[in-house]
Parts: sequence; C-alpha cells; structure tokens
Amino acid sequence: MGWFDKLTRPKRNIPSDLWKKCPKCGEVLLNKDLARNLYLCNKCDHHLRMPIWDRIALLTDDNSFIEIDREIKSVDPLEFVDSKPYPERLAVAINKTDVFEAVTCGRATLSGYKVLLGVMNFDFMGGSMGSVVGEKITRLLESGIEEKAPVIVVSASGGARMQEGILSLMQMAKTSAAIQKMNMASIPFFSLLTDPTSGGVSASFASLGDVNIAEPGAYIGFAGPRVIEQTIRQKLPEGFQRAEFLLEHGMVDAVVHRRLLKNTLAKLIGMFSGKFGGKNV
Amino acid sequence: MSRDFEFEKPIIELEARLKELKKISENGKIDLSREINAIADKIITLKEEIYGDLEPWQVIQVARHIDRPSTLDLIKLMSPDDFVELHGDRLFSDDPAIVAGPGKIGDFNVMFIGHQKGHDTEENIYRNFGMPHPEGYRKAMRMMRMAERFNLPVVIFIDTPGAFPGIGAEERGQSEAIARNLAEMSQIGVPILCFVTGEGGSGGALAISVGDLIFMFEFSVYSVISAEGCAAILWNDPNKSKEAARALKMRAANLKELGIVDEILPEPLGGAHRNPQQVAETIKQTIEKHLPPLMTMSREELLEKRYGKFRCMGKFCSEEELENA
Ligand SMILES: [Zn+2]
Repeated sequence: MGWFDKLTRPKRNIPSDLWKKCPKCGEVLLNKDLARNLYLCNKCDHHLRMPIWDRIALLTDDNSFIEIDREIKSVDPLEFVDSKPYPERLAVAINKTDVFEAVTCGRATLSGYKVLLGVMNFDFMGGSMGSVVGEKITRLLESGIEEKAPVIVVSASGGARMQEGILSLMQMAKTSAAIQKMNMASIPFFSLLTDPTSGGVSASFASLGDVNIAEPGAYIGFAGPRVIEQTIRQKLPEGFQRAEFLLEHGMVDAVVHRRLLKNTLAKLIGMFSGKFGGKNV
Repeated sequence: MSRDFEFEKPIIELEARLKELKKISENGKIDLSREINAIADKIITLKEEIYGDLEPWQVIQVARHIDRPSTLDLIKLMSPDDFVELHGDRLFSDDPAIVAGPGKIGDFNVMFIGHQKGHDTEENIYRNFGMPHPEGYRKAMRMMRMAERFNLPVVIFIDTPGAFPGIGAEERGQSEAIARNLAEMSQIGVPILCFVTGEGGSGGALAISVGDLIFMFEFSVYSVISAEGCAAILWNDPNKSKEAARALKMRAANLKELGIVDEILPEPLGGAHRNPQQVAETIKQTIEKHLPPLMTMSREELLEKRYGKFRCMGKFCSEEELENA
C-alpha cells in the first residue's frame, strides 16, 4: 500500500455513509434526502428498507410512541458457537443498532386511535426471532387483548434465530397462539409485511393478520429463493415471492404505498372499532 | 441411501461372523454354542456401547434411517382393523406427505395424523420424502377440527425433513398454512398427543406439533433448521454439518432439558428400525398412561394448560431480573 492509497482509502469509505444506491434502478440517493422522502427512491419510487424510528414516526402521531419491554435481553441458552459465540454476535448487533433486540414495541396513537405497535429491525441479526422477539410480540398481543386496543406488527425478518435452536422455533407457536386469542376476543391484528419477511416469521404471526398489508416490492416467502432453486433445480420466475405475487395468489389483503399506510390503517381501525360512521359499539 | 452406518460396522461384522458360526455348527454338527453365545453377548454389549455414545450427527442418521417405522407402519401396528385413511384438504388436493384418519389404540378411538416418508426411492418420491405442501397442513387441520367435533383425541407422529420449498408451495401459501395450524391447534378442544418419531424438521414439523404433551423417541431429533442448512448459513460450509448438529442441541435429552419435550421414549436396542413392533407398543403404553387424565379435564382447563405450555417456552432475562439476582 503506497502513500497515495493511504490518503485516498478513508475518503472512499466516507461517501457510503452519505449515500446509497437504489437496489432497483441504481440511482444514487443521498441519505439525508432518503430520510426526508420516507426511504423511497425519488427516481423509481422503490421502497427501500426503513429504519425503525422512521417507521415508528411514519405510523404514529407525533410524540405519542412510548416504548415498552425495552429491557428484555437475549441470553445464550445453547451456548452456541459458530464462527463467533452468540453473545458476541448479540453485542455487535446491540452496538450497531442501539436497541437491545430485533423488535421494538410500544404504545402509541395512530390518527388518534390507541394502538400497540411492534416494529422489527432487520439490522439486528437479520431481524431473526429468538426468545426475546417471541416474548415481546406475545406480550404486545396479550396487552392488545387486555387493553382492547388493536395491535400492529411491522415485520422484517429472515426467520428464526438459529443460535437459540428449538427455543426460537417455539416462538412461532407462542405468538400464533396469542393471535388466536386475539381473534376470539375480536381485537384486530394488523400485519404489515415489509422487505424482507420470511421463514419462521412469515410462517407465524406475520401471515395471521386480520388484515395482511404488504409494502410494494417487498420480498415475502416461506423458503428462501436459493433453497427453492437448489431443491427444484429450476430458475424462479420474475417477481416470485414479491408483495404483488402474494396479492395475486390471495395471501395478502392489499399492497399499500408507504405514503398511504397510516391512513389505510386508520380507516380500517376506525371501521373495525365501530367509531366510524357515527356508530359506537 | 445405504441401510448401514459407518459406526455400525463392528456390529455388522460380528453379526456376519455369528451367522457363519451358526452355519458351520449346523453343517458340521460341531458344538459351537459357547462361541456363538459369546458372540451374541458381544453384539448386545457392542450395540449398547455404540448406541449409548452416538454423536449428534450419527443420531440424525438413525432418525433418518430408511427402515425407521413410518407413520403408516405405526398406525397399522396399533390399529390394524379399524384405521380408515381419509384424504384431501377439500381445497386443492391430497398431499401424500401427510396421512390422517380415525383409528383405535386399545380402547380409545383417536384421530391419527402424521408425516409420511417412504421406505424406498419410489415411495419416497410419491411421499415427497415426507415434505408437505400447504394442502398437507390444511388436511391435517381439517382432521383436527373433525376430531374436535366427534370428541376424538388426536395422536400425531412427527417425521419430516421440513415443509417443502417449492414454487407451488409458495403460491398456495406455505407460510399461511403453517401459521394457521399453529394458531388453530392451540384452541382445538380435544387432547393432542405428539410423538416425534424420526426427524422433527423446523416449521414443517411444528405445524402439526402444538399439543398438550410432546414425546420424543430416544434417537429422534427436533430442530429449528437441519444441520446441513445451518452449516451452509452460519458456517458458510456444508461440510460443517457435524459441528452444526452438535451446536443446535437437537436430541431428545436436550429438548427435555430446555422444557420443550415432556418425556423421552426408549427405543429398541440399536434403534427403532430394528423393532417397529416394540416402538408401536411403547406408543400404545404411553397413550394409555397419559390420555385418561387429559380426557377428564374440562375444555377450558385443557386449552389453558396448552396455551401456558407454549407461552412459557423461551429463555431471556430482563433488567429487573438481573437486579434481583
Ligand atoms: Zn430507484
């Protein structure tokens, strides 16, 4: 490495903090513009992944969000080590994201309606669901029943957290059973599927909304495309496992543009809770 | 797939020698009974030794053994005269990777459901290697609702590499089918007893495993992901399956310790495939012991307990707990 490299190298790294390329059209997007534009590409309108606090701001009324269950942290029940011990991976994720786990939950109002909101964080170990994610989402759902408030979960996850082995698998059953109770109590559950939602999350609570709403272009599926291609030895069709594909096959109720999400949810909550059209049940 | 394992070689060699000695003793009319008995004893000790000290990766091989008793084998052993197989999800098609129908275990009328693998390549292709499509899970759900309607306890056998990853499976909502089962099974108002008989492969296994009691055979496995899949993702190297198998802690004893499994069921010496009759007998005895108390519970009590069972699965710590400790 010569003196020239030493001087230019750090410089090359700086811009990546300032801009991103649109994964769809390749347009160079400045991070400060992205944040102002709801992480939509200003050229092709592609929905980029949205940081959790921007997502919370998008869906809730100003300053209404109060975080709950922030203090629950993962342990290492299996003493799992792959190329790195699990506690080390957790420490890196906590450091990187500034939250303790892959879902952030809280109470808020949405267009005046009291809601319970959970937002998954793909930057935290791929949004994987271990014991803590399962527990926090279950508590959120149970609070919904207790407080008779609708629950919204924004999913973004690669699936179960392998480092917690069978315990992470069981979170699928735990969260789904809580949704069954919500159904019986007639408390609405809204599942918002964002890019990407797959594996154990898509095969549990994320698919069980009274209403499942997907963001345009979001990857949503049970098995990953690489696994499917290896299994069936076939190229996958264009648009396979995208939000629009799920809409076509009847698996999501609607694909909704990010700018219309809050309003759509507000309309549904209003009608489901009988506060619309002057009728209060 | 070979029917023999590398780690069984010493057993197989001794078994061959035993056969030889028996032949010599019969043909030559020489009394070799002392030698024969000694070898027979040695085989038993060797089986105990080898099977008592299997590596997790070897247990997976036993759990996947092509002769391991399948769901239909076990049903036919337990309910040879009464079982009626019922097909189809009434929505799309019939999935041969899951079988179901009412039958009898002793005096009990039950609804049987289970993953179905084959014993040879042709049968395995027909059964899709025990990997269900959404219609398999929806068939299972239809049978559980029927069981609830007619007050039949549900007996489930779990033995699958996982839910099938394919185009049709995704188109027809593999995720939704699994999720729906997880949710609805938690409120099926009859006892549900689950037996992990072979491979408990991830969500594809869990989708019919939300039961009141979960039993696991000694050499069965139950895991969030296959050892191969885990090795490919976390180690970036499919050859690290043995390490992944160890790390995932997927054996019956691990799951018992983690509070997932209620009881470990012993297998015949040298694995279930050596004596399916004995496996069926073990299941029958387990049901006769555990079903009556569940049958006397009220629906509310049963469902509350089932919810509570899965509700407390998971390990974590909160700040308060740390402060109290
Ligand atoms: Zn773009």
